Amino acid sequence: MRAERRTYPAPSTNVENERYYQAAAEGKLLIGKCKACNEVHHYPRAICPACMSTDVDWVPVSGKGTVYSFSVMRRAPVPYAIAYIRLDEGVTVITNIVDCELDEIAVGQAMQLTFGETEDGHKLPLFTPA
Amino acid sequence: MSRKAKAYIAGAFEHPTRHALDKSVAQLHAESAAGALKDAGLSFADVDGYFCAGDAPGLGGMSMAEYMGLNLRYIDTTETGGSSYVIHVGHAAEAIANGQCSVALITLAGRPRAEKMATGTAPRNYGSDAPDVAFEFPYGGTVVNLYGQAACRHMYDYGTTSEQLAWIKVAASHHAQHNEHALLRDVVTVDDVVNSPMISDPLHRLDCCVITDGGGALVVVSPEIAKSLGDRGVKVLGHGEAIKHMRGGQVDLSHTAARFSGPRAFEDANLKPSDMDCAMIYDSFTITVLCTLEDLGFCEKGQGGKFVSDGNLISGVGKLPFNTDGGGLCNNHPTNRGGITKVIEAVRQVRGEAHPKVQVPNCSLALAHGTGGNIGTRHGSATLILGSNDA
Repeated sequence: MRAERRTYPAPSTNVENERYYQAAAEGKLLIGKCKACNEVHHYPRAICPACMSTDVDWVPVSGKGTVYSFSVMRRAPVPYAIAYIRLDEGVTVITNIVDCELDEIAVGQAMQLTFGETEDGHKLPLFTPA
Repeated sequence: MSRKAKAYIAGAFEHPTRHALDKSVAQLHAESAAGALKDAGLSFADVDGYFCAGDAPGLGGMSMAEYMGLNLRYIDTTETGGSSYVIHVGHAAEAIANGQCSVALITLAGRPRAEKMATGTAPRNYGSDAPDVAFEFPYGGTVVNLYGQAACRHMYDYGTTSEQLAWIKVAASHHAQHNEHALLRDVVTVDDVVNSPMISDPLHRLDCCVITDGGGALVVVSPEIAKSLGDRGVKVLGHGEAIKHMRGGQVDLSHTAARFSGPRAFEDANLKPSDMDCAMIYDSFTITVLCTLEDLGFCEKGQGGKFVSDGNLISGVGKLPFNTDGGGLCNNHPTNRGGITKVIEAVRQVRGEAHPKVQVPNCSLALAHGTGGNIGTRHGSATLILGSNDA
């Protein structure tokens, strides 16, 4: 069975994180990078969770990573693969894997960033086999 | 030997309903409370401390205090999902030891089955103010597929199999056949579990707990009051709690917060896993039990699959009788929160009041463990060690 693209729910953004989706509209997936302690984090936020600095850059990633874990949700109108992707930058993001066979997804598999669309017109970061 | 306890569980009650079409949430809380107080030989008028979590209707326990006519000098509404009530026992014991209350009532209740809630398979949106929602909700994370990710990774790291996970459900079903209130009383086999429909890989339908209405309550009292009530009090010997989350994207599904709550509880009680006569382990899914047993130290990390196999969790058969009421997998998971039923069955075992077919002979030390939230993302773990009067 194919991992089809779905119409994804609206992301429910707030004033702090709406810029994440503004960047997604330009084809970028952002992570937090602290200028004080150099640690990276995801999801990006206004305050570094490692050192409490407010001097945090929201920076785009390369879009390359590997599958840390996944689960194929069968009990849904359109079955889908939810996954954790370990990005080359050193953080793990939750996502969906698309445009491949659901039964061929494997832990450790190389993945690359792509984008889908939400029901309210936002671009949503997704991953597909590299 | 007789260990000293800060507090005793004097009353415990599991509401018998599993489908409460004609009862309100407040009513289920109060009926559960009344059952536990009667079990203790106390009444609403004796309660001076009240503990509840997010399932209590209204604002922070005040509505329920009013409904039950309580006159309180202490309140605690700690919310860690299904583990809240295990934490509440620990907090109640501390409050009692500090002289802040002497009769603590803990309640849980709800009716997700009557309300036809898709507990495990529908994504939940906690609102845009929840800082994680914008980054997770659009992806369709549900209870079952996030626990599924934890199971997937455990299989990858340690070679755990679906057949090994199935043994956990098999053991629960062996116990549930003796529980007249259990939702599912049929004994199942490993084949039944692995051949049941796949819900979200690698978790099958029978790897998942039941959805039930109902409730439960506990009454925790000071040692002096416990003594005045007779000899059915159960000692609270140790408590530990911990929260685990995603640490800014440093996701690590190799362990749960039980790795931290367990040692804290054992240290508090000055006991170790091998001292336990039985263990009631939160079983939202089979994988929850497997990870928790490892993290609490009942076996080495990665050896959980081997540990649970071949009936090792079945009372009278294996080395570690678990969830002797049938657990959340077969008996009851009231309002999608199973922590309180773990404590209630541990109390039955220590009192020698479990069903004769599952009662552990001379049970003097029992562990109860709650896991609330999601082991695939963020969750709270709580571990309790309970002992009999002569423990």
